[in-house]
Amino acid sequence: MIDATDRSIVVATQQGLPLTTRPYHAVAQRLGLEAAEVQERLARMLEAGIVRRIGVVPDHYALGYRGNGMAVWDVADERIGELGRRVGGLDFVSHCYHRPRHLPEWPYNLFAMVHGRDRDAVRRRVAEITALLGQAAGAHHILFSTRILKKTGLRLAD
Amino acid sequence: MSPLEDRDRAIVNALQGGFPITDEPFAEAGRELGMDGAEVIERIARMMEDGILNRFGPIYNAEKLGGAVTLAAIAVPEADFEAVAETVNAFPEVAHNYARDHDFNMWFVVSTDDAGRIAGVIAEIERATGLEVHEMPKIEEFHVGLRFEA
Repeated sequence: MIDATDRSIVVATQQGLPLTTRPYHAVAQRLGLEAAEVQERLARMLEAGIVRRIGVVPDHYALGYRGNGMAVWDVADERIGELGRRVGGLDFVSHCYHRPRHLPEWPYNLFAMVHGRDRDAVRRRVAEITALLGQAAGAHHILFSTRILKKTGLRLAD
Repeated sequence: MSPLEDRDRAIVNALQGGFPITDEPFAEAGRELGMDGAEVIERIARMMEDGILNRFGPIYNAEKLGGAVTLAAIAVPEADFEAVAETVNAFPEVAHNYARDHDFNMWFVVSTDDAGRIAGVIAEIERATGLEVHEMPKIEEFHVGLRFEA
């Protein structure tokens, strides 16, 4: 868990790091801390997985990834851990989760976000995954996004 | 294939993680790319302005900050779609919301600082929309690594 100083660093950087020569000094100055302390705390939060990573977040549409599908499969419960890890390791899958079924209308329990240049590319990649899952998978489906209705990042209150 | 020029592409491909935690991290990142720090800063700033990049900085894991995230879906009658979208989006806890082509046609992520508040927010969305919200919390995460080749 994080303490109040960590939290102040999260709040100060959750929208981004300053684009200046010494960004951690700029954050430290704003918070009344030493730059070394900000750096140590960020390094520790990175180590602990509280910070997933530090870097650029590209807009995948702008990069030409026009096909973005949420692919879902009904996978045998006893095999989902092993197979989920294999699907999650594929380089065209950005997120992969085991989630609950909602029977009868929602029989799917493995979710993977699959990206490609267009919808056909996504369909081909989903077919690869379906082949990899083999007999462990029953029905599957691809839900393409037709519109982004809202998109904001994480927002911790001050 | 890529819409980016080479030096921008090099930054996008190299810096989706691993940005240094040092006194002059842009200079350090640039050394690997054959650029000085000022050029890295200038290119990132321009790509943010152009919408190539959504963000630059630390990506936090809400759950490890004591918060919670869940995915939820609603089957919205087509005629009510816009009104329901407006109602759902008005909740500050709704971080992302996508229209998708399925009977479950609205998919959104609920994110709270306090893990205990997820259920309450879901119930409030059900009350406000009059529709059943199907909560799909993750049981296991296999991979979250948005890494796109530019």
